[in-house]
Amino acid sequence: MTQSLHINKTYKLYIDGKFLRTESGRYIKWTDPKKNMPIINFCRGSRKDFRNAVVAARSAFKAWSGRSAYNRGQIFYRIAEMLEGRKEQFKSELILQGFTKKQSEKEVALSINRIVYYAGWADKYQQLFSRVNPVSSPYYNFSTPEPTGVVAVIAPDHSCLLGFLSVVVPAVVGGNTVVVLASESYPLCGITFAEVLHSSDVPGGVINIMSGRYNELIEQFSSHMDVNAIIYCAVDSGHASVVEKNTALNVKRAVNYADQNWINPDAQGPYHIMKSQEIKTSWHPIGY
Amino acid sequence: MVGRTNTTKKKVSTNWEYSAAPESTDHISLMSNYDLFIAGKFTKPKEGTYFNSINPANETNIAKVASAGKADVNKAVAAAKVAYENVWKKMDPSQRGKYIYRIARLIQERAREFAVIETLDCGKPIRESRDIDIPLAAAHFFYYAGWADKLDYAFPGRKTKPIGVAGQIIPWNFPLLMAAWKIAPALATGNTVVLKPAETTPLTALKLAEIIQDADLPPGVVNIVTGDGSTGEYLVNHSKVDKIAFTGSTEVGKSIIRALAGSSKKYTLELGGKAANIIFEDAPIDQAVEGIINSIFFNQGHVCCAGSRLYVQESVSKEIISKLKSRMENLILGDPLDKNTDIGAINSKTQLEKIQMYLDIGVDEGSTIYQSTCTIPKKGYWCAPTLFTDMSQSHRLVQEEIFGPVLVIQTFRTIDEVIAKANNTPYGLSGGVWTDKGSKIFKISKDIRAGVIWANTFNKFDPTSPFGGYKESGMGREGGLEGLLPYVNLY
Amino acid sequence: MLNNRTIDQVGAEERVSRLFSRSIKRESKVQALKMILSMIDLTTLEGKDSPGKVKQLCYKAAHLHDQHPGLPAVAAICVYPNMVPVAKVALVGTNIKVASVATAFPSGMTNLSAKLKEVRSVVDAGAEEVDMVISRGKFLSGDLEFVGDEVAQIKDACGAAKLKVILETGELVTLDNVRRASDLAMHAGADFIKTSTGKINPAATPVVVLTMLEAIRDHYLQTGHRIGMKPAGGISTAKQGIQYLVMVRETLGQAWLTPDLFRIGASSLANDVLMQIIKQNQGNYQSSDYFSLD
Repeated sequence: MTQSLHINKTYKLYIDGKFLRTESGRYIKWTDPKKNMPIINFCRGSRKDFRNAVVAARSAFKAWSGRSAYNRGQIFYRIAEMLEGRKEQFKSELILQGFTKKQSEKEVALSINRIVYYAGWADKYQQLFSRVNPVSSPYYNFSTPEPTGVVAVIAPDHSCLLGFLSVVVPAVVGGNTVVVLASESYPLCGITFAEVLHSSDVPGGVINIMSGRYNELIEQFSSHMDVNAIIYCAVDSGHASVVEKNTALNVKRAVNYADQNWINPDAQGPYHIMKSQEIKTSWHPIGY
Repeated sequence: MVGRTNTTKKKVSTNWEYSAAPESTDHISLMSNYDLFIAGKFTKPKEGTYFNSINPANETNIAKVASAGKADVNKAVAAAKVAYENVWKKMDPSQRGKYIYRIARLIQERAREFAVIETLDCGKPIRESRDIDIPLAAAHFFYYAGWADKLDYAFPGRKTKPIGVAGQIIPWNFPLLMAAWKIAPALATGNTVVLKPAETTPLTALKLAEIIQDADLPPGVVNIVTGDGSTGEYLVNHSKVDKIAFTGSTEVGKSIIRALAGSSKKYTLELGGKAANIIFEDAPIDQAVEGIINSIFFNQGHVCCAGSRLYVQESVSKEIISKLKSRMENLILGDPLDKNTDIGAINSKTQLEKIQMYLDIGVDEGSTIYQSTCTIPKKGYWCAPTLFTDMSQSHRLVQEEIFGPVLVIQTFRTIDEVIAKANNTPYGLSGGVWTDKGSKIFKISKDIRAGVIWANTFNKFDPTSPFGGYKESGMGREGGLEGLLPYVNLY
Repeated sequence: MLNNRTIDQVGAEERVSRLFSRSIKRESKVQALKMILSMIDLTTLEGKDSPGKVKQLCYKAAHLHDQHPGLPAVAAICVYPNMVPVAKVALVGTNIKVASVATAFPSGMTNLSAKLKEVRSVVDAGAEEVDMVISRGKFLSGDLEFVGDEVAQIKDACGAAKLKVILETGELVTLDNVRRASDLAMHAGADFIKTSTGKINPAATPVVVLTMLEAIRDHYLQTGHRIGMKPAGGISTAKQGIQYLVMVRETLGQAWLTPDLFRIGASSLANDVLMQIIKQNQGNYQSSDYFSLD
């Protein structure tokens, strides 16, 4: 039997539930460190791609945040199931990107765990962070968390699957929709995670994934007026400063995970969900 | 009020007007000069400059107040830092709590004096300073005092650490109350404070400094530096300040965000608003009319969460607007110290000019203006309660925060339409809904993108109730358990 | 034509407390106190009432405080049907009206023909005002038509006499009911709507009075007719009286500040008002020992 020639995958952006090429037509040439694979041309996502992705995220927001918490939990559990089924793909992508077999196995296992963990929070964090406030007047007063809206996420550069999920999943479990820029140094797992999403029940537009140049896009991600929050991981204080200045434009919420270690126990928890939540307080008279 | 005044046939009844009922001022103590409150002592400003705090109701000077320069701010921050490191963060939390309880009690004991001074300095009606500002300020201290030794229960799975020195900048609309909102949670969580009151309304904060002395708080735990915007800038930019809490305009809030960019300072912002107040046809109409009055004419409309955009369902719009106009005729505008005054003075000349500008824009844009027929005093800064009809979303008066007694009214037909219009704003601080139908209340309060929703009421506040905005109305919450979060690091 | 108007109790209570925080001092207080005197329906409605008691009350009504001339007389004397002739005689030569309760006051638990007969008899005896009670049982069971018809027929039976319709709000419980009963009574021909018989607790509460005043306002806006208001029961101090005047003034306007449109049903209010007037005139606080008890 003749050796079958490897079929190369075309890597695309994932916007509004569709795999799209960048409108700019530009690409980023990438090859694995050991040069085992043919050259990959990733999309060099543009500001217009980002704009389109934000439009998709905005239009998906109302329906997604309006889903029942139970349903959002179910969908995330489904995502974990899909990732479980594609374990081998992600392991090999990690190995291809230079991680050891052991590291790759651990990364994928932790990633699945992380999704299952947050799937379970979908209908619980509200209970933990809601309160009935005992006001001193005849009103029933309560506060509950609500998603802040559209969140731009710049995934951590050095943890291409676990880190990616650790910033994306808490935001989306909490009812936000996101546009996420995958790791520039290790783009594979973030980009291919779209395949997992596509085969689970996540509605289009809820999670939009881009590849591209961090330096080109950080300005767009932080200055877009229809983005309510930005979650990013800038170790460089210059970058952080750019992002923070831009947040002033529309009083965007900014969360910088800087040098978070995504394997540590503090890398997950309901407080990460709360970073992209608003507290809404309602007053209702008690009378007849 | 309906019909015309007095008819002919009765014997006793005539036109019955309320006589003046001024609150007495003979019991208050005010000095002619106030220095900066640093490290527990009133301290002269290094450059020796003072400004006048004016009574906006009659344009007279009430007192001279020190203007804090950079050196003074440095000194205050240094005092706060020392107090933080050496005393306050180390203190047994239950003892911290007791100091805060003391402040609460002392405010209650001197409540009437504070109310009078607040009214003199701000121009707000004594009815409001007496019944709302001062009691609520005391209640805030009471509420947070109790948290001091219970912080381990506040955040499940986490413990708290104080942040350090909090720089706090407060506005002129509720001077003492905003000082309480800022100082009480900061102290309870173990931080020390440098507070900058608003330039036009510094007096009750300085009176609070006296109370802090009387409460024997360790020197430097609370420092109060008066001055204009530049004093605030020194505070924002000071490297030893660990956290900024600001309440004020969105414009200044944004400049603070820019100033803090790249620093590791935490910040919380409570900014502007343009709240929608939505009246459905099944609303309790008379209570809704009263709610509209409270939503926009409370504190002369100098309220960030004021219901400045009114949306009335078409089928009841005629009735609502006509009743609103009648009700406005009963609002008494005048001497803020008179116990019957409903509408006091506009806080400053600058603010009056801004409001006047918007009135002109409204008229120029072709909207219909209605103002209640009250007599405007000759001296001082005044604006009659005003409403505009024939408005659309594209009018500037619908989009921009006026911060005055000016209501813009639009009508609507369907619930989807009104939700879309209500959310069609960069702001998201508050919202109101009036209907007899419970399910509709929950639908609206869920769909309005704002931090506080009042159903069948408006402009209610409580220390236990978190307050703060979505979108450009700010970030972080003040009040309630949520109000602790801006002042702690979790670990 | 009835509105389906609902009342939010908490909001209504807040409106009341804001109205009641008005501070009425000096001339405005003196004027208010005199107005209150002129608006009182001096009332005695007890099983033990006798001609002697009613005569004393009438004398007091006509000579409120002889040492202080210039004070207005009360608006009316309000008595049980069998006391109407006594009151008529005792009040000859005064402008004070005689009001009689009727329609099986206070319960109203008899048939319509008996009620009509009673109304005709008090009017024949000279009563110029009739205070009827509505059938609360029928109202609460939803038979609004019955209640409305009854009021309309009694209004007919009154002839020239003014009809005050007592809602007995303490039995209606909710403000929505108070509002609906007010609308019903006004549409059926009431000249006044009145809170209570005085026999049920609570009697006139501020929030109920406000709700009724708002109903009167809406009725006026819709029809142009001015209906009168009479809170009754539990109003014993001048301060309460002034608070109600403020409420009337700021809800209905100055036009209602007349005994033609506003009455207060009370038995001991007059003395407290007198004490306050004397205090305003003389400057010192007064003792009830110096004011006749009748």
